[in-house]
Amino acid sequence: MGMKIGDKPFFDRVDDALENDFMRNAMASAQDRLRDKKLDATERDDQIGDWEEWRNAGEEIRRHTLENLDYYLDQLSENFAAKGGHVYFAKTAEDANHYIQEVAKEKNAKKVTKSKSMVTEEIGLNEALEDVGCHVDETDLAEYILQVGGNDRPSHIVVPSLHQNKEQIRDTFQEKAGYTGTEEPRELTAFARSQLRDVFLEADIGITGCNFAVAESGSISLATNEGNANMVTSYPDTQITVMGMERLVPTWDELDVLINLLSRSSVGQNITTYVTNLTPGVEEDCVDAPKEFHLVILDAGRSNALGTEFQSALHCIRCAACVNVCPVYRQIGGHAYGSIYQGPIGAVLSPILGGYEEYGELPYASSLCAACTEACPVKIPLHEQLIRHRENYVAKQGKPKTGEKMAMKAFGVGASTPSLFQMAVKGAPTFLKPFVKDGSISNGPGPMKPWTSIRELPAPGNDNFRTWFKEHKRGRK
Amino acid sequence: MKVSLFITCLAELFYQDVAKDVVEVLERLGCEIDFPHGQICCGQPAYNSGYRKDAQKAARQMIAAFEESEYIVTPSGSCAGMFKEYPGLFKEDKEWRDRAQAVADKTYEFTQFIVNVLGVEDVGAAYSARATYHTSCHMMRLLKENESPFKLLGNVKGLELLPLDNSYDCCGFGGTFAVKMVPISEQMVDEKVRHVEESTADILIAADGGCLMNIKGRIDRKGKPIEVKHIAQILNSRD
Repeated sequence: MGMKIGDKPFFDRVDDALENDFMRNAMASAQDRLRDKKLDATERDDQIGDWEEWRNAGEEIRRHTLENLDYYLDQLSENFAAKGGHVYFAKTAEDANHYIQEVAKEKNAKKVTKSKSMVTEEIGLNEALEDVGCHVDETDLAEYILQVGGNDRPSHIVVPSLHQNKEQIRDTFQEKAGYTGTEEPRELTAFARSQLRDVFLEADIGITGCNFAVAESGSISLATNEGNANMVTSYPDTQITVMGMERLVPTWDELDVLINLLSRSSVGQNITTYVTNLTPGVEEDCVDAPKEFHLVILDAGRSNALGTEFQSALHCIRCAACVNVCPVYRQIGGHAYGSIYQGPIGAVLSPILGGYEEYGELPYASSLCAACTEACPVKIPLHEQLIRHRENYVAKQGKPKTGEKMAMKAFGVGASTPSLFQMAVKGAPTFLKPFVKDGSISNGPGPMKPWTSIRELPAPGNDNFRTWFKEHKRGRK
Repeated sequence: MKVSLFITCLAELFYQDVAKDVVEVLERLGCEIDFPHGQICCGQPAYNSGYRKDAQKAARQMIAAFEESEYIVTPSGSCAGMFKEYPGLFKEDKEWRDRAQAVADKTYEFTQFIVNVLGVEDVGAAYSARATYHTSCHMMRLLKENESPFKLLGNVKGLELLPLDNSYDCCGFGGTFAVKMVPISEQMVDEKVRHVEESTADILIAADGGCLMNIKGRIDRKGKPIEVKHIAQILNSRD
């Protein structure tokens, strides 16, 4: 399935979303809740000091790491390999899947457990494993809900099943998994837990994503709340971790800062319930760690952003703080973006990874209100990057409507020619007079149509301000 | 104090009354106002739509019109914010970048200028109403101006200011967004109008023509009995 969600055109996806009242109510209340929790754990938390300083530190760490990415990747892979781990650099999603398929075949694996990982959603790993005869079980509760529901797709990078309410989840469990209980979250969770217990015990391979890798020790760090990642990484003999190539820190000191930023910004926790750090190389007699540890480091379009104005998009730590404050996401939810990366970061990242042909409309799905930029714990100028995408889309990559191009050309001329602008200002009242009723326009002509399709347009005033001002000044003398 | 007025294209086209109120309020506070005739539009529609070159044309025109000014004041947080973007528009052109920076540095939004430059928090206005205030995104996040409008409105005699839920959410204007993404914009403005209604205010006040045009346009289309005013109209009201 990969990064893309659905085949419908953008506006059809938006229409589908806007008709889904369940989803929209869920989004709005989740946003309100998450926004408050985040503020309590950040700006309003006196114990951590000045949140702005934390953000500055986060930005600096991410910038430094990305500016020296080759160095730290080298260090990470050397340290990981020196401790007996296997490192594979995957140029594409296919390369990553192929490598993992080969490991599965070699191990004669039939059962695979996974903890939550957006990067494996991005590459469509589950299907790739099924192709070589593996049964894959998602063990993160939200991912489990989506999988039981028939491979539904994530609508939020931190809470993938955010678009479903507890009643829908109850129905899914009843229809697809023999559940007989109520919609009580505790009961639903207990059911999932009981279903997953044997799954954990029987797995041949455990697969995780990676919140951060630590270059200095060759470790990977997972921030989770359910404990499932610990089960996924302790029972099977083989562990595979897939990470985006930008998701690393130089040392444990920087990990400390970023785990704080991530936990507080994503779910408003001081720290997630579990922060699990795993390094290859265990003692011979160790019974609760994998004997074989593979680290797949994925490019899949990320290097497109290196050295460009989009490099800071790779600073993202996937906390979804931008998603949680986005007023557009609030209305249309995650699936309408057509990418597993949704909201402002999705609109920035998806075109970088998947190209303008597929995702060129996403940067326009923003009112540029800059709530995202304000929320980002590592200070990615998200709304500015959306404008940079639009510039690229217009300048070379995409095909904006020629009408718009003409209009903007005319704008450029009009906005630099005072006499033309004055003609427009003076002519507007006369030109639009036939459309005016009671001081406003309900059904504007031509380019005004989209505006007046849902709102009134004020009638241009007959008074000329410049004339008034001249007379006003004369009167004051 | 000498002030050059950048009135904004929206005010010049649609809201001449607001423009006059701005002039009268500033004059009453002792400002000597001039109106640079070369001014047109800040270029934001082109800039935000990805038409950088066309935005540069508008920016050059505006920089040339305003670079002799002592202070530049505009009744729009968003247009003032656009002036602050000008240096970034000329990254590769040092001469224009410097000129742009000089203009950006002396640009103020109307309420920001009154409070932070003139040092006035009470303009002596009186307006009897139950009102709520819409914090516009660009004023709040690009200009980082959150307090001035509230300080000024707090001193308007007879004005009761009510809180607005989800005030931090965009109203759905977003310039060309409002006409490019109509179905999404519609839902955003509807939610905004709903919160305004829930505030039980009789009038909605804002400091940005774009937001006002959007919210008022929707309120009028739905026939809701809520008045919408620019903050200059309130500040220029007397007993």
